[in-house]
Amino acid sequence: MNMPLQQKTPDAKIGEIIKLAVMAVGGQGGGVLTNWIEALARSQGYVCQATSVAGVAQRTGATIYYIEMAKKADLEPVFALAPAGGDVDVLIAAEMIEVGRAIMRGFVTPDRTTLIGSTHRALAVSEKMTPGDGIADADEVRAAAEVASQKLVLADMDGLAVAQGSVISSSLFGALAGSGALPFPRSAFEDAIRASGKGVEASLRAFAAGYDAAQLGVDTGDGPEEGKAPELSGPQPKAGGLTAPEETERAPALTGPDREMDRWTELLGRAEALPDPVREIAVPGLMKVVDFQDCTYGEAYLDRVEEIVEKDTAERDWLLAATAAKYIANAMAYDDIIRVADLKTRAPRMARIQTEMGAKEGQLMELTEFFHPRSEEIVSLLPARLGARWEANPRRMAQIDRWFNKGRRLRTHSLRSFLLLHFLGGLKGYRVKTRRHEVEMAHLEQWLKDSLEPLSEDYALSVELLKNRRLIKGYSDTHARGLTKFATVMNAAKLLRGREDAAEWMNRIREAALQDAEGKALEGAIQTVRSFA
Amino acid sequence: MAERSFKAEVEHLRKGDGDVFTGEGILAITKALLENGVGYVGGYQGAPISHLMDVLADAEELMAELGVRFEANASEAAAAAMLAASVHYPIRGAVTFKGPVGVNVASDALANLCSSGVNGGALVIVGEDYGEGSSIMQERSHAFAMKSQFWMLDPRPNLPSITKAVKDGFELSEASNTPVMLMVRIRSCHVTGSFATKDNVPPPLTVKEAIANPQSDFNRVVLPPMSYLHEQDKIKKRWPAAEKFIMENGLNEQFGPKDAKIGIVVQGGMYNGLIRALQRLGLADLFGRTEIPIYCLNVTYPLVRDEFDAFCEGKDHVLVVEEGQPEHIEQHLGSFLYKAGRRLKLYGKDVLPMAGEYTGQVMLDGITAFLKSAAPDMLPGQVRAPNAEEPKIPDLSKTVPIRPPGFCTGCPERPIFAGMKLVEQELGKHQITGDIGCHLFGSLPPFEIGGATMGYGLGPASNAAFDGGGERRAISMLGDGGFWHNGLSSSIGNMVFNKSDNVVVIVDNYYSAATGGQDVLSSRAQNDTKSTNNPISAALKGVGVEWIRQIDHTYDVGKVRDTVREALTTDFKGPKVIVASSECMLNKQRREKPLRNKAIKEGRRVDIPRFGVDSDICTGDHACIRLSGCPSLSLKRLDDPLRDDPIAHIDQTCVGCGNCGEVADAAVLCPSFYRADVVHNPGGFERWRANMRNRVISWLQTRRDSKRLRLTGAPT
Repeated sequence: MNMPLQQKTPDAKIGEIIKLAVMAVGGQGGGVLTNWIEALARSQGYVCQATSVAGVAQRTGATIYYIEMAKKADLEPVFALAPAGGDVDVLIAAEMIEVGRAIMRGFVTPDRTTLIGSTHRALAVSEKMTPGDGIADADEVRAAAEVASQKLVLADMDGLAVAQGSVISSSLFGALAGSGALPFPRSAFEDAIRASGKGVEASLRAFAAGYDAAQLGVDTGDGPEEGKAPELSGPQPKAGGLTAPEETERAPALTGPDREMDRWTELLGRAEALPDPVREIAVPGLMKVVDFQDCTYGEAYLDRVEEIVEKDTAERDWLLAATAAKYIANAMAYDDIIRVADLKTRAPRMARIQTEMGAKEGQLMELTEFFHPRSEEIVSLLPARLGARWEANPRRMAQIDRWFNKGRRLRTHSLRSFLLLHFLGGLKGYRVKTRRHEVEMAHLEQWLKDSLEPLSEDYALSVELLKNRRLIKGYSDTHARGLTKFATVMNAAKLLRGREDAAEWMNRIREAALQDAEGKALEGAIQTVRSFA
Repeated sequence: MAERSFKAEVEHLRKGDGDVFTGEGILAITKALLENGVGYVGGYQGAPISHLMDVLADAEELMAELGVRFEANASEAAAAAMLAASVHYPIRGAVTFKGPVGVNVASDALANLCSSGVNGGALVIVGEDYGEGSSIMQERSHAFAMKSQFWMLDPRPNLPSITKAVKDGFELSEASNTPVMLMVRIRSCHVTGSFATKDNVPPPLTVKEAIANPQSDFNRVVLPPMSYLHEQDKIKKRWPAAEKFIMENGLNEQFGPKDAKIGIVVQGGMYNGLIRALQRLGLADLFGRTEIPIYCLNVTYPLVRDEFDAFCEGKDHVLVVEEGQPEHIEQHLGSFLYKAGRRLKLYGKDVLPMAGEYTGQVMLDGITAFLKSAAPDMLPGQVRAPNAEEPKIPDLSKTVPIRPPGFCTGCPERPIFAGMKLVEQELGKHQITGDIGCHLFGSLPPFEIGGATMGYGLGPASNAAFDGGGERRAISMLGDGGFWHNGLSSSIGNMVFNKSDNVVVIVDNYYSAATGGQDVLSSRAQNDTKSTNNPISAALKGVGVEWIRQIDHTYDVGKVRDTVREALTTDFKGPKVIVASSECMLNKQRREKPLRNKAIKEGRRVDIPRFGVDSDICTGDHACIRLSGCPSLSLKRLDDPLRDDPIAHIDQTCVGCGNCGEVADAAVLCPSFYRADVVHNPGGFERWRANMRNRVISWLQTRRDSKRLRLTGAPT
């Protein structure tokens, strides 16, 4: 109310029209919320009009509901059918990016708008399909919301509702009541829910949660959630209380038999002795590789990391060694059949899924895993020399494909499938003799060698080259494509060597490689480099 | 079974004299039809009038009581043709469809109907799909009224005005022997409000009574020389009769002072938007009492010259507020002024934009621009010399991604496109045309399959240029709705006749799903008033298609892929049609969820599947998403310093359709997906067996853990 009004409104009654817009993602129940608000307004002696655009926009697209209300009088007021920029009193956005869209469209203005938004994310397809990290920056939206709104209510409304066994429309309705933006008592809101007659109890609980969220400190941005990753998709396990607490709340640690633990403590001591920035990565890295294989393997990891620490310096804040610690761990804990089989048959996994699926006492859970081994995966599991020979023999590979290459559904709750995976998962001792291990280790050494080569002349470039390891991920074809991209990006270093901005360009090329699966952006980036190299 | 049931609301349609109806626009229109003695109703669904068809379907019982016939027409053309009943018989009829695409389809029948002229009131209720939220090309239905000579009502968007327009429309139609189009804009269809009801009136002559006493008159047939007489009749009799009726009954309204120097002419449907702009400028009050005279065209065609002339008397500046292009009304009024030799200045698409929706801001800017030129002293001080600086709000246009509509969670069409995508990766890109329907979402990311859509049921027809063949076969999509609407003859018949060698994928989801789940001929549901369960494949055989593949479970991505590949590579010459059938998930869930919950409550064994992703196995490459785009398959950032990219994650809205597992298998993606079936009320043996298994499994796990180091509390 501090901002001067843009337009004069000589008839004070005009100001009495309350204008409320709901921006939602199709399928979120914006219609239910609208009906409640309408019923509420009418029950409180207001005339009320609502509009919406039904149709394909409601199939998971962005959609708007719009409501106007005014105190009943002898004459009928004239209401508008759509929200106008700068002319909205209450804006309810049922998702964080929709909060942004509302602001972008001018529906949130500092002179008048109470903005009620849910901080959870329902990712748009464009955000999800990027091979890298394409998620929009919710913090920018939050910052804009603080500037644009007169009053701000932000909370994970979806999480609040799901925790109460309800849906977001209930918690948003509660937040609307709690915000005090409408001149109606709480009981009138609750009566509107009761009158609708469906799932009333759960709705009322979620309503209360939303109400409290709006009452108690408005912006939860710097609250206890600080530092946590933002809620990404619909209802998150965290908010819904669906994840097994023992798995998430405890800090990661290794457990096992005493004999092994002694060795582990010794290893951990070595890792802890590393310079701070390196230690922060090397400790989880060490855990990962020891979990993947054993303490001997962990020793090899530390040897590699320490070797790079030797070459690094505190002046650069140990960036090279910290980066290496991260990606060496990832490279050493490669994704082979043995690892997958082991992870799929661990005890905590069953418990975690059970909780996630909300399976209760007296209910059973059956698990089906989807495997599709190709000859490449089968042969990579053979002893190194035999595997290499077979790999080089296309007829042999085709034959193996005929035998094995088909989708396999393993019902891991049944003994047969479980035993098969349990057996495969137990092949750790044999793993180091496999073809896959040989290939992975050779690749790792080559990558380290290539990355460290320019170190003496261009420290930053070496760091960037190490980071290129990020490009290798996925399984089968995706993995093969990742390797190709990795090779392309690493090769580009030759074009860049000697340039002052080599590291910068290497970073750009890698980011391009992560933009799309086909590598179009990467191709473009390489072309650009060629043009000036 | 339609997406939304109006069974409860339909009871309001029984209200009578002295009652008040409160609800949605489309329901109010239905009520008004019954109050005005309508004899038959029909139409074809499509936003924004889909719900009107659903209301009519749900009100069938009530209409039968009154002797009103309801027909769910096969297409808009069929709906318009049904109004032929009002040509000879004094029966009021109403049909509904969307504009302008539905009007395009109906235009042949409409033109014939207009030439013949009507005896009973004939009303076409058109939901004009224009502006934000529209799913079609942006055009106007207005031109059809001008070319065929039917009258167009565009009432003010409130329930009393809309329901009055139904009454006016019938009377105007009868007074001028001309069909009338009642246009309701996208938001008016769903606007809520109240109006005073009257008793329902049974039709004075029902269709049943009429058919017992058949009538014909060759003078009404559109053949020479009668058709020449029809044209003369339109101009000499029907048009003047319409003008007279419009004036005498005050169908158009005037508001505000009589003697101002300026005035605004507005389409009825834009009236509220205009008043809001005036309210914001301080020139109208809460109830719409305006300081600027308004001539509100509730009838936008024909324009009544005498009325307009009278409004312009003594004015120097007149603005026409007309949404959409071209500016038919403005041109028309301009010619009136020119011919009358007036000197007043006419404003319209100069201060307002030619194209696009007249949103609140556009309207405010346009009216302000008009007043700045025509009557600057009427503007509030701040507009004339703004002194407040606009607040600086950060620009989010680079941050906020677009969110176009897409396939719902568990949609059976997703795996079809996943299968096609896999074929594309194998055999390269093909020429693909889309059609109207949910399957058109396949042309958006992540699939990007299909590049053109020419109209409902015209997918395969739009590949006709390629029917002669070439190096690669062309593919076209067609939905079951489009197939029955128009596709069987215009697309499939056309292919057979022209010996096409191309491929058609018919997406059969058991409903006209995109318009809200109405039944079609091939729907699998039992429908008491309609004939369903007529297989598409039988119709295909009937018109001579020999290569037909029926897929009864579209979630089998491998099978879809293999079938599409076969169609593209087989030696068979002739049209190849794949019918891919699985029930629309929205409708399926709506049908099955209550049954399932009931079964669980009754203690029966129920198995509920849902998918999950092992976060430690997923590497965050998102290949699965590029073959899915499912809303429940999303991403999650791990609190793990070793990971860079967010990983796949399936939330609890998953309906366990199976697409994820099938895609992971068919595309050989990764082993991180699992399906978890929660078995409710398991049997005794089942429980015992599970218990035994768990004991063995847990013994094995403990044994292994006693020999190795294992990570606990890993980030998930």
